[in-house]
Parts: sequence; structure tokens; C-alpha cells
Amino acid sequence: MKRFIGFITKEFYHIFRDTRSLFILFGMPIAQVMLFGFAITNEINNVNIAVLDKSKDATTQEIINKITASTYFSNKQFITNEAEIESAFKKGNIKAVLVFEKDFSEKLIKENKATVQIITDATDPNTANTVNNYVSSILQKYQQETNKNIKPIYQIVPQSRMIYNPELKSVFMFVPGVMTIILMLVSAMMTSISITREKELGTMEILLVSPIKPFQVIIGKVVPYIFLSIINAIVIVLLSIFIFKMPVQGSLFLLAAQSILFIINALSLGILISTISETQQTAMMVSLMGLMLPVILLSGFIFPISSMPVPLQIISHVIPAKWFIIILKGIMLKGVGITILWKETLILVAMTVFFIVLSIKKYKIRLE
Amino acid sequence: MKQKNVIQVKNLTKKFGDFTAVNNITFEVKQGEIFGFLGANGAGKTTAMKMLIGISKPTSGEANVADFDVFTNPEDIKKNIGYMSQKFALYDDLTVKENITFFGGIYGLSKSIIKQKSEVLINELGLQEVANELVGSLPLGWKQKIAFSVALLHNPKVVFLDEPTGGVDPITRRQFWEMIYKNAHNGTTIFVTTHYMDEAEYCDRVSIMVDGKIEALDTPKNLKKQFNVENMNDVFLKLARG
Repeated sequence: MKRFIGFITKEFYHIFRDTRSLFILFGMPIAQVMLFGFAITNEINNVNIAVLDKSKDATTQEIINKITASTYFSNKQFITNEAEIESAFKKGNIKAVLVFEKDFSEKLIKENKATVQIITDATDPNTANTVNNYVSSILQKYQQETNKNIKPIYQIVPQSRMIYNPELKSVFMFVPGVMTIILMLVSAMMTSISITREKELGTMEILLVSPIKPFQVIIGKVVPYIFLSIINAIVIVLLSIFIFKMPVQGSLFLLAAQSILFIINALSLGILISTISETQQTAMMVSLMGLMLPVILLSGFIFPISSMPVPLQIISHVIPAKWFIIILKGIMLKGVGITILWKETLILVAMTVFFIVLSIKKYKIRLE
Repeated sequence: MKQKNVIQVKNLTKKFGDFTAVNNITFEVKQGEIFGFLGANGAGKTTAMKMLIGISKPTSGEANVADFDVFTNPEDIKKNIGYMSQKFALYDDLTVKENITFFGGIYGLSKSIIKQKSEVLINELGLQEVANELVGSLPLGWKQKIAFSVALLHNPKVVFLDEPTGGVDPITRRQFWEMIYKNAHNGTTIFVTTHYMDEAEYCDRVSIMVDGKIEALDTPKNLKKQFNVENMNDVFLKLARG
């Protein structure tokens, strides 16, 4: 036990004396959460639009007021003819142009029909789509209000309710993903680098010749990172609760236990990587290419798994991050417990055991 | 006293698949002896040494180190030997004292013994001024001496030195060999591999490995006589070229 404490003390010296690893450990998680929380968003806010109003009557004025009164849009300019539409888009700050046809009110009364054209800048398809939907729904609402007195023949009223994230905040989607990425990165990459570093420096050889056992060496290397990863997880959860108002509906205890399970899973992957790489550089490349990319692309963090081609969906099953994100979302947003999440938990446990057994096998082969 | 064998090897063989890295070697090393283990790169030196320090299992044969069998008690061997590699592997981002404390700790020495030993060691090597400096900032020759002292911290019966003087200037090499002599005189057995033939002359006895076999084993003086040459360099060349 005394040997073990000495080993861990030494490991902490390594970590705290290396500014680069300190930055990866503590600077990056905070920076990432902030970046994903604030900068990357699917919502639209204060989108600049332009209006080409060919009739300029009371109705069009009312509609324009309704649209610009919302926080989604601000009316940047009025344009007077069709030729200006193109140049307004080309300048880049206008995302949509509304074109009201001539004699809008009159047509509405006489023909019961008038058109407004919504032209959107689809160089950014997501924004264009969202802008289009928002404008349409504002128009529809206006129509319903003015038609209040007229009884329609029949009407289907869709009543939609978005549950678990009623304001559709994209940060709720990003926090579980970012937490997963960071825990994966810190745990897997940092341990694999710290183990391969000992190989490179030749100190691993000295340790193997000493009475300390190989598994003690590995556990000694891993324990500090378990500790630091737990601190990281706490920081991320606190940031998301207090800065992004992310709820934790489920049990905090379960959240902590699941996070520790995932950390151990990532650490065992890190050990596995270190058994197959000889240098720190290889370990870093393998971690980045082999872990980071799949975690970002195939875990369902950004791109929904259900809309991926079948082969990719199958691959996504073997990515631990996918299961952890499901667990996180379940606990934080839906408030579900282990009775619902047991399957995902079991998969993570099985993967962890698999990685550990495989690393032990690999490690033994290397020693022969 | 000098008669006791600390290392005893008989028909030791290591095979990797079809390749025989160490082929049926037999020798013994007495207590307090400086034993030079020579051979060209790839001759099987490192593999043989790895079997003796308990990190590689022999395919066949017998070997005893510090009274323990390499097949059955490799862990006991580890407690009774010291090892220093050609990389002088210390932790660059730990201070001299922290390195001593760490390596003392993994050999299970108590805090008070470590403290006492590190004071003696620091005084002997004249490291008082740099005891709290990071090892990375010290010159190579100093690192080498510290690494050697650290390998001796737990009073091992045998110290294995794997090319301990690589990349070190001649004066420092000389000083290093004085340290080796001093410790051998105190009864520690030294098992050393080297590529420097002048160092081979310093050894009590020398073995030369060629293609996995020990082709010669005797005192430097007898070897020179046997091959009828002036120095160890020529002995080595005659053997290695076949």
C-alpha cells in the first residue's frame, strides 16, 4: 500500500508539472462546454430580414409588425424593387426576404387569397429551413386570429408539445455530448500517453524489473486520472446546471455512478491503446483518430443515429459513447432511473470488462 | 567468501518461434565479481539478461540468480537485484530527492531508511546543491551516477548494468568505473554489458556471445593470450567475424 501511495504521488507530480497536460485536463473542458453552450446553436435569434412591400397597406403593415415584434427576426431594410433582392442577399447580412404582392388587402377581401413570398438564403440550409418555418407559423397564427369570427367547415388542430426540452435549447443536446467527449479524451488519451511515455523514457523497464507488479504499475497510473476525470465531470455538470440552466431530473447518485463507470471504460480503452503503441505520438494519434472521431460523429451526439445508413448504425453500437449519451440524456432530461437504463449500463460494463481482459492479454504477450 | 556463486546458468535457451536467440549458454558469476557480458548487436545479450532479471521466461535450461530460480521465483529475484539501463531512466520532471524517494519506495524501503540513504547518497555524489532540482536539468554524467546509486539503494546482491556508459564522455566513464569497483569491493556483484572494449579490460572476467552462444569466457588476460592478440578489441573482432 505504501508503494502504491508513493506511485500515485509521483504520478501527480508528472501531471501538475506539465502545463500542457494541465491545460488539457482543466482548461479544455471548460472551454469546450462554453463553446458548445454559447457558440454552437441550432436556434435562430435576431435574424435579419428585408421586406419588399408592393402594396403598403394596413394588412401588410400589420403582418410585418407581427414578424419583427418577435425576437427571432429584426427588419433590417425595406427594398423597393425585385432587382434589389439579389444584392441584399449577396451583401450577406440578410437571411430572408419577404415579398408582399400588389394590392394585398384588396385581393384578400375580393379573392379570399393573397400571396407573400418567403425567399431564404439556403447557403446555410438549417437556418433557411428554420426561418421558413417560423415565418409560416407567424402567418398562420395571424390568419387564425383574423378568421376568428368565421366558422370553418371543419378543422384539424395539431396540438404539439415538446417534452423534456420544451424550449428546444440546443445546449441540452450538447452538454451530454461534450461531457462524453471530454471524459473520453481525458481518460483514454491522457492515460495512454502517460503509459507510453514511461515506455519511451525507459522507466517502464525499470519498473518491470522492480518488485512492483505490472498490474500495480497500471493501476497506479490510472487512479490519478480516475480522480481528475471525476472532478472534470463535476465541473461540467455544475457549469451546465448554473450557466445553461440544464436540469438534472434524475438521481445525482446514479449520474455519478454512471459517470464513474464510463470513466473506467475510457481508462481501460486508454490502457488498451497504450499496449499497442510504442510512442506517445502513436498513442495520441490512435486516441484522436480511433476515439475522438467516432465519439463526435457516430455517437448520436451531433448526427442522429436513426438517420444514418445501416452499416454506420451497426458500427455505432460498439461505441461506448453512444450508450453513455443515452444514459446521460435519460438521467438529466427525462429523469429515468436504472430500471430503464439497465440495458445501456450492462453494455458499458460488458465493454469495460472486455477492454480490461484484452489489455491484460496484450500486456502479457508483450512481456514474453 | 569469493567462492560463492551469485549467478548460475546452465544450458539456458530462449526461442522465439523458429529463431533461437539464446542457445544453450552456461556460466556462473561469483560474489563481488565484475562480469563483462559482451557481444555484437543482436547476439542475444539483451535476451539473456532479460531472462536473468526475471522479465522473460526461458524456453529451457536452468538459471539461479541470488539463490532464486528464474522459472519459479522471478519475483524474489527482482527484490534482490538492481538494474540500470542504457537510458539512465530516471524521471526528468522529478527532483533528485523525489526520484530517490520514489525508487526507494517501490523497493519497499521504509521512509526513515530512504531519508537516511538519500542523505548519504547526495553527500557521496556531491549533489547537495542540486538535490531539489529537476533531474532533467542535470548533465548526463550526473544522471548516470544517480541512476547507478538508485539501482543500489536496496542493497541488491547483483546489479545488472545494460550498456551503462553509452553517450558519456571518457572522464565521466572513468569515474563511473571507479564507482563500480568500489561497490564490487564491498561485495556487490556487477553484471555489465558494454560495447567499449577498454571497459572489457576492467572486468574480472568476460564472456563474448556470438549468434546466441557464448564463444569465449575467461579473464581479459587469458583471453588475449588464448587468441594471441594485444587487446580485447582484437579478441572481439576475431570472434565476431568468425
